[in-house]
Amino acid sequence: RYLNKMVIFIQKWWRGYRSRRYFRKTVETAYFIMKMNFYNEMAVRIQKRWRGYYVRKYIHNYYALKKYLEAISVNNEIVRNELQEYAEMKENKEKRRDLEKKEKEKEYQARKMHYLLSTKQIAGIYNSPFRKSPDPMEALLRKSKPLCHRRQQTTSPFASEFYDWPTCRRPPTFSTVQPLPPIGRQKPQGPFRDTAEVLRQRYKPLEPTLRVAATINSPLEKAREEMKREEWRNRIHDNEFLPFSSYHKNRKYDPSIHTSGKYGQETYGTKHFREVQPKKWVAGKDFQTVLPSIVLFEKFGKTYSRTGQIV
Amino acid sequence: NSGVISLLKPLLLDVVPTIQQTAALALGKLANYNDDLAEAVVKGDILPQLVCSLSEQNRFYKKAAAFVLRGVGKHSPQLAQAIVHCGALEMLVICLEDFDPGVKEAASWALGYIARHNSELSQAVVDAGAVPLLVLCIQEPEIALKRIAASTLSDISKHSPELAQTVVDAGAIAHLAQMILNPDAKLKRQVLSALSQIAKHSVDLAELVVEAEIFPVVLTCLKDSDEYVKKNGATLIREIAKHTPELSQLIVNAGGVAAVTDCIGSCRGTVRLPGIMTLGYVAAHSENLSMAVIVSKGIPPLCACLIEEHEDHIKAAAAWALGQVGRHTPEHAHAVAVANVLPTLLAMYMDTRSSEDLQMKASIFTKKALKNILQKCTHLPALEPLLHDAPPNILKHIVGQFSKVLPHDSKARRLFVTTGGLKKVQEIKAEPGSLLQEYINTINNCYPEEIVR
Repeated sequence: RYLNKMVIFIQKWWRGYRSRRYFRKTVETAYFIMKMNFYNEMAVRIQKRWRGYYVRKYIHNYYALKKYLEAISVNNEIVRNELQEYAEMKENKEKRRDLEKKEKEKEYQARKMHYLLSTKQIAGIYNSPFRKSPDPMEALLRKSKPLCHRRQQTTSPFASEFYDWPTCRRPPTFSTVQPLPPIGRQKPQGPFRDTAEVLRQRYKPLEPTLRVAATINSPLEKAREEMKREEWRNRIHDNEFLPFSSYHKNRKYDPSIHTSGKYGQETYGTKHFREVQPKKWVAGKDFQTVLPSIVLFEKFGKTYSRTGQIV
Repeated sequence: NSGVISLLKPLLLDVVPTIQQTAALALGKLANYNDDLAEAVVKGDILPQLVCSLSEQNRFYKKAAAFVLRGVGKHSPQLAQAIVHCGALEMLVICLEDFDPGVKEAASWALGYIARHNSELSQAVVDAGAVPLLVLCIQEPEIALKRIAASTLSDISKHSPELAQTVVDAGAIAHLAQMILNPDAKLKRQVLSALSQIAKHSVDLAELVVEAEIFPVVLTCLKDSDEYVKKNGATLIREIAKHTPELSQLIVNAGGVAAVTDCIGSCRGTVRLPGIMTLGYVAAHSENLSMAVIVSKGIPPLCACLIEEHEDHIKAAAAWALGQVGRHTPEHAHAVAVANVLPTLLAMYMDTRSSEDLQMKASIFTKKALKNILQKCTHLPALEPLLHDAPPNILKHIVGQFSKVLPHDSKARRLFVTTGGLKKVQEIKAEPGSLLQEYINTINNCYPEEIVR
């Protein structure tokens, strides 16, 4: 009995110890959870404030929206003004066009009715003596020159269809046949010639003689004159422009047989032409060739610079 | 009818070219006039004869032959199919390459009429290689040729996105965009219609059209003196606006909404319809955009349209547009309600409730618009007049709004009583347990017992 009591005592102490440990753990976890909840709630409060601020500032920015709408209305005003100006400009153009048309009409009428102009003796209808000043139509009549009758416009049978198309100016032409003599006509009584012959003679095409066809001045002189004029016209340089003057000169020089010897060219014919005896010279100088200078030949190769010559 | 066609047929093979041309012209005029005659022309086997020798003939013959093909092809898809069967498309494309602008004009007119009917025929025209030549035709100096080429491109691209893509790939958009500045009114009509047919199919095509820098030039078209130019310009803007909010944003930023509202205000009749739909599409995308529409004074023209127009589809469109504007937030609904348009909408709804199909659609639109606006409307003075005439399904929304606002606003409560609204609410008979009854109870609870009795 004493042992049971002891055992119960130990077990009691052990159970107390276990449960105190357990209790301490639960208290700690409960405390921990409480703390976490508190922190969570505080975090939620902060996040709430932040989300509201962010949305108001960036996503649903009220003031930006207001400014945007104001900007839209300002822009709309500008656009409306511009469009209004454009419409007015177009209207003005239309009005001006109509006015010009009317003016043209009036002028045309004035030209047609030019005969209504008043003379010194007789006052015209627009210049009645009872008026203080003549009608503006009178001024128009005075300014305009009289209209001559226009030739009747030939209307082709295809006027409507083909003239609709913008580029077809001429309707397709029928092939022209020679006009046939009228058929079935009674021969006129009397010494008349045959109608066909008469028509042929009447409508014979002109065949001018050569003298008539050519001009009064002889063609030879005319052609010469023409050539002179052309040269006078076209000559800008006296030297005709040749691309590179020595470019095409690629002929090799064939020396003549007479002067070619064994050791090259003999100089007779180029460097000297006859025997030279200086002791017999009178003035101490050799004959010198004096040729009349041809200006053109002297200038050959020298008037312009040497650039462009292919060496 | 008197065998004329069988008489004309051998003349087509005559030696003299003028006779051939005149015969072809006569056939063309016959076919143009009436579709029975066109059928007779097709049945008389004339098309293969016309077509076979076309490439060596002179330009007058080509013009007359293209005229015949145009006259036949314009009446119905079957006749156009017959034209395609006898291989006329290649010949027309050869005509398009000719030097003479008149021939090109006649050929592209014929192609336009053929492509107009359905997408298979358009595909056949595209397969014959006509599109690059048409784009070249657009660049020619003659105005008539430009007009016809633009209208042909518009007819080709209207059927499907692939066809529109083909037209775009040929580089048509840049040239069409340049021609918007041309002063000729008919040309502008065709060009704007071509661009709108291209832009309507998908977002990418619409973006391509926008990238061609048509804004703000298109807005000047909305101020043109010709009605159809305005209509087609508004159609183009509508097709661009309807795809995405970004495109609508672009239009709003360019001042397009102001131009469209002015355009609506200045026109009458069906010309207004695309403009109204543009405003509706822009407002439908987001609340900022509908606020932009309100700020650009878009609501008064819409109300004017609703009141003045007689045609049902225009009224329905105006109602739909107003619904789109007002459905986003209470401010929007307030703006719509202040314009005093709700009674008109209600009258329209009640008016057209018991009639046929088209008016059915109009009534559906008005009902949706009313519902959407009313669900957000807190502007009570505007709601009051509606209490008196509304049918039950609308009435429950109205009473619901009242029940939401009245518990919080004392001035509104006083106003409600003095204008006799409370009395009207009492007179409403509602089944107990329904939503309407709940609303009525809520309203009654705001007031002390004596007043309620």
